Amino acid sequence: MSRSPKIPSGEITPEGDYFDRRRFLRGGLLAGSVLTTGTAYRLLNSPGGEEIETAPLRDLVSSTGETAAGPQPSLTTTEPAANGGAGSATGGTEPLPGTPIASQPPPIQPVVEPAPVDPPPTPPAAVTTTPPEVPANDPFETPTESPAPDAAVASAPAEPEADRAGFSTEEKQTPFRNIANYNNFYEFTTSKERVAAAARRFQPRPWSVQVDGLVQQPREFDLEEILRLAPPEERIYRMRCVEGWSMVIPWAGFSLSRLLKQVEPLGKARYVAFQTLHDPQRMPGQKVPVLEWPYVEGLRLDEALHPLTLLASGLYGKELPNSCGAPLRLVVPWKYGFKGIKSIVRITLTENQPPTSWNVAAPYEYGFYANVNPEVDHPRWSQATEQRLGEFGRRKTVLFNGYADQVAHLYAGMDLRRWF
Amino acid sequence: MSSEIQFIRLLVLLNGAVPAALLAWDALRGELGANPINFAIRTTGTLALIFLVLTLAVTPLVRLAGWNWFTPNRRVLGLYAFFYALAHFLIFFSLDRELSLSSTLSEMALRPYLAVGSLGLLLMVPLAVTSTNRMIQRLGTSRWKRLHRLTYVAAIAGVAHYTMLVKADLRWPLAFAVLLMVLLGWRAYTAATGPAPRPPGPAGRTPRRSAPLPDTAG
Repeated sequence: MSRSPKIPSGEITPEGDYFDRRRFLRGGLLAGSVLTTGTAYRLLNSPGGEEIETAPLRDLVSSTGETAAGPQPSLTTTEPAANGGAGSATGGTEPLPGTPIASQPPPIQPVVEPAPVDPPPTPPAAVTTTPPEVPANDPFETPTESPAPDAAVASAPAEPEADRAGFSTEEKQTPFRNIANYNNFYEFTTSKERVAAAARRFQPRPWSVQVDGLVQQPREFDLEEILRLAPPEERIYRMRCVEGWSMVIPWAGFSLSRLLKQVEPLGKARYVAFQTLHDPQRMPGQKVPVLEWPYVEGLRLDEALHPLTLLASGLYGKELPNSCGAPLRLVVPWKYGFKGIKSIVRITLTENQPPTSWNVAAPYEYGFYANVNPEVDHPRWSQATEQRLGEFGRRKTVLFNGYADQVAHLYAGMDLRRWF
Repeated sequence: MSSEIQFIRLLVLLNGAVPAALLAWDALRGELGANPINFAIRTTGTLALIFLVLTLAVTPLVRLAGWNWFTPNRRVLGLYAFFYALAHFLIFFSLDRELSLSSTLSEMALRPYLAVGSLGLLLMVPLAVTSTNRMIQRLGTSRWKRLHRLTYVAAIAGVAHYTMLVKADLRWPLAFAVLLMVLLGWRAYTAATGPAPRPPGPAGRTPRRSAPLPDTAG
């Protein structure tokens, strides 16, 4: 080893190396910053896409109605709000923010008039409609072990053929992945793409639903009890969000009327109020006061008893994913999606119009009825068209989301602009 | 030194393009989620706001930290804001409105949030056009500076546009509003209290130009 005081020229970094090192450092800095920016973009702007696996439903009845048999059980409810001037019945009943739903204890006196006054409406168009068939290429097609038409199936759908119009559509179904990864469920997050991830750890069982208010038999149902009321039936519905996008969703469930009939609504009952679970520990979005919690929704009793109004427990033949409102949600296909309240823990029959969350949050923008209507714009945006997920461009929105034949009579004589 | 400045410029240029590249890459792979058009519109819109805020942050940063060498990047950031806002509009126009001029214009006229957003974009057009050195020299520094104060209006319009379309969760729009208020408030404050003393800055860091570009003020 030479101990020369001078640095031998051989140890001086060659000029080329010096600049190489500089270039190397800069290259590293560039790569590092690009990587950081890219990572930040990915973290802050995820398009969603959780893989979601839920248990398959047993005894699923296909939507074609081919197993439909058996008599229609007569509703033991009394006199739903009259078809005709039903709108006037709601006149002046403004939803009161902060009014707890189900404030009134069920009156004990049996006011039941057991006569099912209203025969189920049979719109002429519906009668002649042949039940559409499930597209042959549906990958989630339920096994069609179609029993002989006369085979008595204990679990046959309750609705007569005429009422089954609208239970299915041949429109292209939105893929499961997109349904489960794109929706509004503010109880978890206000980002539609992040709901699935935020709801991943939610445990929807055990679960029970309190059904009370103006009913003869108020009671708390265990989830399994409700699910046993009828076999889940596939219903392929269009879903139109108030934000201007839409899907086609193969739900599974049964008409809400089946549950309501169990508790025997009293004659005074005119509305049905619904409530979502309120548990900020399990639903972290409820720690943020974006809306008043718990989320509440409501329907007029005749809307609630309409055969299309679905108590859904499944999707694509499987149990509902957490992001879609497990374990039990409402689906009202002719109304904007926010009426379809999720993760229901309470159903209360009331005499007065119950408060509904979006109406409380912005009364001028979201009405109690929230019927899909291309003529009545949201104050800030148009409702004339919609973005059907999976399509380019927009399609025209249809009155009552295409279910006018089935539900228009519920609003006969009503000014739909006023009762938006 | 000049190579250092060029390197920083390259750094800003590259990083500004990263979101666009990832968005395009995801779009090609069909990985923009369930509502790809809306996702692309929201992403480009948010990026435009982010770059507007970054653009407006340059001057306070330069003044407070003495980072005079960073100033030339302001125009790069501003151009990115413009390009993302333009992409935001073009995606809306082509994929949402399907190239229908009439439906685009009628929506813009009918929906205040669209009118306000369009105003913001329109205001940025002259700024982008005059962003070259030649245009600065042609306009003259003080006129150029006055013109480019339109950035303040464009940024306010952008944040208002965002705030006006949100349904209930105002946290993000409000975060942008607060940032904007701080950045514009700082300008109002320094304007009211007289010209801030020039921070000396590390000697030799600032390249002197024979005809000083207005990048160092505003």
